[in-house]
Parts: sequence; structure tokens; C-alpha cells
Amino acid sequence: MVGITSYGAYVPIHRLSKATISQAWGDSPVPGEKAVANWDEDSVTMSVAAGMDCLKGFDPKTVDGLYVASTTFPYMEKQSSAIVATALDMRDDVSTVDFANSLRSGTSALKMAADAVSANSAKRILVCAADTRLGEPHGNQEKDFGDGAGAIMLGSEGVIAAIEGIYSVTDEITDIWRPDDDIFVHYWEERFVRDKGYGRVVPMAVAAALAKYNLTAKDFAKAVFYAHHTAPLNGAAKQLGFDSKTQVQDILLNKLGNTGTALPLMLLTAALEEAKAGDRILLVGYGDGCDVMILRVTEEIEKVRDRRGMKGYLASRLELGNYQKYLEWRNLIHTQGTMRPGVDPHSAVALLRDRKYGLAMYGVKCKVCGTPHFPREHVCVNCGTRDQFDDYRFADKEGILVTFSQDSSWAGVSLDVPVTVTAVDMEGGGRVICDMTDRDPEQVKVGITVEMTFRKLRRVGGTNNYWWKCQPVRG
Amino acid sequence: MESIRDRVAIIGMGCTKFGERWEMSTQDLLVEAAYEAFEDAGIDPQKDLQAAWFGTVWGGGTGMVLARTLQLPYLPVTRIENLCATGSDALRNACYAVAAGIYDVVLAIGVEKLKDGGYGGLPPIDAPMASADMQHTFRSSTFTSPGRFAMMATRYFEHYGLTPQQGKEMIGRIAVKNHHNGNLAPKAHFHREITLEQAVNAPMVAWPLGLFDCCGVSDGAAAAIICRGDIAKNFRPDPVYIKALQICAGPYEGELSQKYDFTHVEETQVAGQRAYAEAGIKDPRKELSIAEIHDCFTITEAVIYEDLQFSSRGGAREDIEAGSFELTGELPINTDGGLKCFGHPMGATGLRMMYEVYHQMQGKAGPRQVKKPELGLTHCLGGVPGGGIISVLIAGSDKG
Repeated sequence: MVGITSYGAYVPIHRLSKATISQAWGDSPVPGEKAVANWDEDSVTMSVAAGMDCLKGFDPKTVDGLYVASTTFPYMEKQSSAIVATALDMRDDVSTVDFANSLRSGTSALKMAADAVSANSAKRILVCAADTRLGEPHGNQEKDFGDGAGAIMLGSEGVIAAIEGIYSVTDEITDIWRPDDDIFVHYWEERFVRDKGYGRVVPMAVAAALAKYNLTAKDFAKAVFYAHHTAPLNGAAKQLGFDSKTQVQDILLNKLGNTGTALPLMLLTAALEEAKAGDRILLVGYGDGCDVMILRVTEEIEKVRDRRGMKGYLASRLELGNYQKYLEWRNLIHTQGTMRPGVDPHSAVALLRDRKYGLAMYGVKCKVCGTPHFPREHVCVNCGTRDQFDDYRFADKEGILVTFSQDSSWAGVSLDVPVTVTAVDMEGGGRVICDMTDRDPEQVKVGITVEMTFRKLRRVGGTNNYWWKCQPVRG
Repeated sequence: MESIRDRVAIIGMGCTKFGERWEMSTQDLLVEAAYEAFEDAGIDPQKDLQAAWFGTVWGGGTGMVLARTLQLPYLPVTRIENLCATGSDALRNACYAVAAGIYDVVLAIGVEKLKDGGYGGLPPIDAPMASADMQHTFRSSTFTSPGRFAMMATRYFEHYGLTPQQGKEMIGRIAVKNHHNGNLAPKAHFHREITLEQAVNAPMVAWPLGLFDCCGVSDGAAAAIICRGDIAKNFRPDPVYIKALQICAGPYEGELSQKYDFTHVEETQVAGQRAYAEAGIKDPRKELSIAEIHDCFTITEAVIYEDLQFSSRGGAREDIEAGSFELTGELPINTDGGLKCFGHPMGATGLRMMYEVYHQMQGKAGPRQVKKPELGLTHCLGGVPGGGIISVLIAGSDKG
């Protein structure tokens, strides 16, 4: 049996109310809010976060493939899934692929992963999908688009939702697109997008899939549709015979925003969180065609309940409350810096040398006295023994905040002033000095519990430098 | 292991006015400090100097900067860099060469020209310090000195149960004291009395440290002429004898090990103990007449009181409130206003501190003069709480 073996998600902690955006432009307020990636997050870091959620209880070294899907990868040439695999501490012989350039690439990656497991070329594949798409300021998409990531693991053992069928169509159309020289997503006229794009392709593809597998809408406990809006979603669902109120998964446009490639995987995670054994779930991805996947939930699902998932991450939130800040985070506004020396570029040579400790956050643990160290050292800080260490990972451990400062002296340099600089004592030993992110400075106190989170430290000379920060544990 | 005690002496010192010396270059500052020292010692640099130690962090690559500026006649010149302890380490190395009997009369000089940079604070240091591995990856926490020392304040307040307001008042009194002293020091950058309210309510730099908790950013240079202890009185009747020279470089344990508590600086304690042993001091609070210590931030000065055994652990607050370290107190500390009022041109600072000790020992400190000057201490703290490079130097008015 081939199917889903685990699920996970990641929703950035910051939420921007759509009314705040409207007010900034002097428009009438609209309801709802969207999840907004922090300035130090991107599709790579969010994939890592969702991947960690999905991998809870699994050894990352047992994963044979990592597929990452996004329309907003930080590099056009250089594989993002390789960064994610390294940060998630996967094996060197993990098969990594980036799925890009279509909102359907998340569900297409699921299909490819299912095919690979079916063909016995992999036993376990993790699929992550993340997006941080930009709508033009003062446009509809700016309010619609949210940021987030979903993660679904597929395999042949411990299946929590068996794949009963997969069906795809390709449909060449210019309804929603982003050219290679633009940072903003473009839409054709909304009526065309609704009626000749989504409204034509999705009902056609889903109907064909149901016919192929001899099923009807009544056979499904839940239908998880990607959609850019509720109107086309409701139209397609009605046409296919699904009851919008009881059967169709809420697309969370007013809580999360349209997270693009990530949305179908995030919604699937939300559906799985509520699913019980025997439920049949329909998953539909749209973009330049349509992917349809039919799933049947098994008893095993009760074994993977302890994820933060959509429910946990949606409940953990900080109000951004500031549209200018959002523009600054997205580099859409030029703000005055401060007179400081320029930032030196990092060295690709040094980054390669320390990638295991930098990206996967390994330190070392003394074989003689058991003291963990971060970063790696040659001579034990506790017993003075030379080079008797085992590699030791810190990324998956929590810690206690020993002390901190709220550093305002980086005003004009950092987008995160005051910078919360911390010393953290890790559970199991070892101390880490790092920045704290995703916190309300007023709530930071000595003694609070923190967890590690993979972030983009900075971008210099066209390359991103990723590392780990701590954050108050997200409930 | 032998002691340096009384084997070398300082026979002349110079110090520029510290401050925003917009019109002065590194070279101009060096000349101003060096020639004051030459004249004070009564020596001719072209004839009497035998070697020089040149301390600077950002002020030039090699000893040639000094050799060219002073047109030294093909002398051996060593450039020294040891973060905030740079000036003290230049003096220390110069003393050792004289004590070894290699030279009779040498120059130790330090300089920093910070105000050409166009910003407050210090230029970048390969961050984080002492971690060569991270030097080119920049995979590290955001590093600023105020940020790191603020972490010590946060933990100190927490550890001793002080509310932020109580803690801010404790360290604020140090700023008030040092501004008072600096107002009496003609060469200080800042001449301005401040109130406790101003100190506590100043704009935040790195919480809980506000503007008046942070030292200034200044240009400056300072210099010392050192000779063999046994010939010092040939140059002047009141040389100042070196009693102890200690440097302690921390293994950065505090950033690696949970044992470090962020309420003290281990390196200061170790360097202090060694210096007291070397100088034969049993009770530093009673035996020292003055101490010039590294108040880069007010919390640093408070913690140094305890690390150097002037106060008991956790006792700094009580001593501060009792005025024990004011000019009129039991042990006057930072009688010239310290880094708070002189700023911290890193290469110069340790020598600037010794300049004050030297004049105090000679009874020439004017309105700042302490009673019965016998022994003075300088202390510099490079690095951060948890990983420091510390100098503790002790000098005295009499040869033992």
C-alpha cells in the first residue's frame, strides 16, 4: 500500500489584518487577515519548518527523497531542496528535486513521490511546499496572498491515508502568471480567471477522475480544493455535487491567505488533522492544469497526531499591525539606513566547510565527559580532551533562556530592532548564543523555554546565508 | 616564575586630549602623545630610544606607521593588537623587553582614530570574536558590544533580584560618578555633570543599557617611556614603578558552557588574583590608592568591583550607594572619568589609564588627586562577558 505516512505544516507567526492594508491606502476595510513571513523567512526556511513538523517521530535519515515545491524559490539556479535536506539532516544519498513555476507543483510533487514509492525506487519521500508570493501594493492580490508551508510524507509503511487514485490534466492558459523579470504575480481579468480557468478546468478534471475510479461526490468525507477565491471554489464544488458546508475544506483565505503552491498541502494537513479511519479525502491542485488525488484514511492516522500542524500554527500568532513594516520586510520600500560600514560577503568556501554545523545545527559531544558543545570545538571546554567527540545535533532541542538584551543599536541596519540577542542553555547540555526571532520583546523573560528555528540571516552578493535562531516555543 | 615587580619604571608619559579630534589624523595624535612623553621623560627620541611597541586595533598595519610618523632611527618596532587591552599589552611587552635586559629605554604607545568612520560605536571586528570558524560564514548572533554587555546586566539584575529600575539606578550612579570625575579631567572628551534621573531615563541603546551606560566614542593616543628600574631616578626623582603585569585570555567558556553565569567575568578575577600575587597585595581594597577600570558600560564597572575583590559578590550595589568608589571614598575608581568620559580609542585606553595612575602617584592629579598615593591599578576588558581578554597592571610610587 502506498500513501501518506505523515503530515505537517508551518504558518508564520505574524498576521497582517486586511483592514490594516486597506487603511494604509485609505480604502474601506475588508475582513480577515493573512499570515506574513517574517523578514528572515523565505520558502526555504518555511519548508524546513513544515518538514520538521512532518518529521516528528521519524528519523530524517530514513527519508529517501525530498521534493520541495514553490513558485518563490530564493535561487533560479541552485537547488533549494538541497538546502532544505541539509537543514533537515537527511542522508547524503537523499534524492532532492525542486518543483517550480506552477501553483500545481505541490500536488505534482506528491504525484511524483507516489509514483517513486510505487515503483520501489524510494521507501519514504517527504514533500514540502512553500510560497511567499507578492501581489502589487494596493492590489487585490496583496490582500489575498498569505505565506506558509505544508509538508506531506509518502511511503509504503505506516500509511495513514492510502492513495486510491491519481489523475492529472495539463491545460495551457495564461490566467495567473509571473514573468521571469517581475516580483509580482499577474492576473488576467477576474471573470476570465474564474470561468475559463479554474471554473472550466477543475470540474472537468475532477469529474474525469471520479469517473475513472468509479466514485461520486457522496463517497468523500472531505474535498480539499486549492482555490484562489471562495466563489470559484463554491462554483466548482457545486457543479461536482459536493456540499460546500459539510464536505469542502475551508480554504482559510481570511485566516491564512492564499499560500499558493503550499495551500493544497496545508489544507490537506488541516483535513487530516480532523480525519478518522475510513474517511475518503479528495485533493485537488490547480495551475496550468489540475492534479486530483483520492485518499482513504487508515487506523494508523492516530499514531501521528502530535503535530503542531495547521491548528497549532494558526493558533500561535502575533499581530503585525503595521503595513509599512510589511513593505520593508518584502523590500518594497526604501528606508533610510544608518551610517555603518558595509557588510562583508560571506565566503562560499567557509560555508561549505561548516554546512553540517551551520545548516543542520550540529555541534559535538565529548566522548569522555559527555559535554555537548556548540559550535564544534577541538578541545573539550569541560575536561580538556582533544578531538574525542561525536557529532551532536542541537536543532531539534529546546532550551532555557539564560539571559538576553534588546539591542537597539542596530537601528537602520537590522529590520528587527530591537534585536533580541540571547544565551540559551540547551536541554541535554550545551549553550548557544543566537538571535531570537518571532517574539514580542515585551514578553521575553529570563527562564522562558525556546526552540530553534531555521532562518535567513542575510543576503549579500546574491546569496542567502541561512542559520538558526531561537524563538519562544510556539504552542 | 619571577615577578616584574620594581624591575622597570615609567619615567615619562603623554596623552592627547581625547574627543572628536576632527582636525587630527592618526599620525597627528601619535606625535602629540609621544612628544609629551619624551619631554616629560627628558629624552631625545632620536638618541635615547632603543625600541618601541605600537598598540592599535584599526590604526595601521605595522610598526612602520609609528616609525615613519616619529622618524625613528631604524628601531625595532612591534605592533600589538589585543582588542581593548591593546594599549596595556603594548606597555606590558615593552616592560618585559626592558626587564629582560635587552633594552634600557623604550616607548610604548597606543592610538585609535575612530571618528573618521562616520558613525557611533566601533568599526566591525571579525565576528564573533575568537571563533575563527565563523569568521567567514557570518553564521552568528547579531554582535554588538552594547548587546553583549547588556546580557550581563539582564542576568546580574535577575540573579540578585533587582527590578530593572533598581538595577538601572545601581549602574546609573556609576555614570554619575564618572561624569563628575571626568569634569575635573582636562583631557577627557566629556565635561558634563549628569544626574541619576538623566542616566536612568536616557534613550535605550541595548536594553537595559541606556545612552549614559555606554562609554563615548573618541579619538586619542597615549604613550609611556619605560626604563630599567635601577636607573629610573637618573631621569627623574619620581618615577612610577611597575608592580604587576597580567594578561588573561579567556577560552570563551561562557559562550560554550552552561557553567558561566553572566554575573561576573572569570578572566578579570583570574588576572586580578595573579596581579595581586605578583605585586604582593593581600587586601586590594585597602592597599590600592586608585583603580582605573574598564567602564565600557556601567554594568561592566559594577561587575569589575566584585571580580577585582573591591566588593563582595553581589555587594557592588551597597558599595556604590555608600560612595565607596567616589573621589572622596575609600578607594577612588576612575578618577579621570574613565571610558565613560574619555571614550574608548582602543589602542590608547590602557595607556590613558596608566597616565592617570602615573600622575596620581606623582601627586600631580590636581582636583582629582587622591590622598596617600602608593599603588594604582589599571584594568582593561577586551571581548565580551563569557570570553574576555583582560589586562591588570599595577604600578606604585615607591621602589620596594
